[in-house]
Amino acid sequence: MKQHLVLRVIAKQLLPLILVFALYVQFHGDFGPGGGFQAGVIFAAGVILYALIYGLDATRKAIPPWLLRVGISLGVILYGGVGMAGLLLGGNFLDYGVLADDPVAGQHLGILLIELGVGITVAAVMITLFCAFAGRRR
Amino acid sequence: MIALALIRLRNLFAVVMLSGIYSLVSAGLFVVMDAVDVALTEAAVGAGVAMVFMLSTLALTTGQEKMPPTHTPLLPLLVVLITGAVLIYGTADMPLYGDPANPAHQHVAPRYIEDSPQEVGVPNMVTAVLASYRGFDTLGEVVVVFTAAIGVLILIGGSHSSRRRSDQDDES
Repeated sequence: MKQHLVLRVIAKQLLPLILVFALYVQFHGDFGPGGGFQAGVIFAAGVILYALIYGLDATRKAIPPWLLRVGISLGVILYGGVGMAGLLLGGNFLDYGVLADDPVAGQHLGILLIELGVGITVAAVMITLFCAFAGRRR
Repeated sequence: MIALALIRLRNLFAVVMLSGIYSLVSAGLFVVMDAVDVALTEAAVGAGVAMVFMLSTLALTTGQEKMPPTHTPLLPLLVVLITGAVLIYGTADMPLYGDPANPAHQHVAPRYIEDSPQEVGVPNMVTAVLASYRGFDTLGEVVVVFTAAIGVLILIGGSHSSRRRSDQDDES
């Protein structure tokens, strides 16, 4: 899409907004609508927009495939790791109350971490799926 | 209306576009029903990313539905009509939408609403339920997404890279 000047300029201006909005949805999910899943999808949508406009090679340069594969597993590991951390600190599996001195603070921390795990996995999965589809020739 | 057009159309590109519009309309419907979290998900996934995936699949395959229906539509129509009639008959017994006396609002919802501000301290109760009370379910969902990605990578990504490797072997 080298010839579409308008698309390229507009996409370049929209991209930071989309990515920042994804981070807002991610970390503001405790207070407003949203959470890890939605944030991951919005983040992936931003990257997919970049891939649509600037091509798959530029996207692969910006986000290498190994990073995506690490991201897919890292989110699940983070989620499970928070659960195991609760187990090791003397609580039940996925019991966030024991993560901090104050149970409510522990809940906050646990929810933040697992939402981050969900977000990382979902974003990486969506980008990987798009790259797998778009990178395949007929 | 959109669903009817979806069924009638043979041009798959238009079908994908219409399904995206359908998702967006449902997202609006969810907002009207005060389910903002679900609406956000539907708008982002259904209207955004899923459409891109379907379009990229179309780019790999073809844009037109080939097979005209060869079977007679009478028996399926009968089955659909009977099932639909039974379902509509069933909705007559459903409680009113938004009625506080509904069974769904009697069981665990009051406990979440009353205790989650003290127990979890997160203003968005949907997040509190999803991430804390139902944390194990959400873990399962993440693992499902993870497994789906692995499956797609095995089906599509792997063959691509192996073919490219064989291409490079041919060149060398």
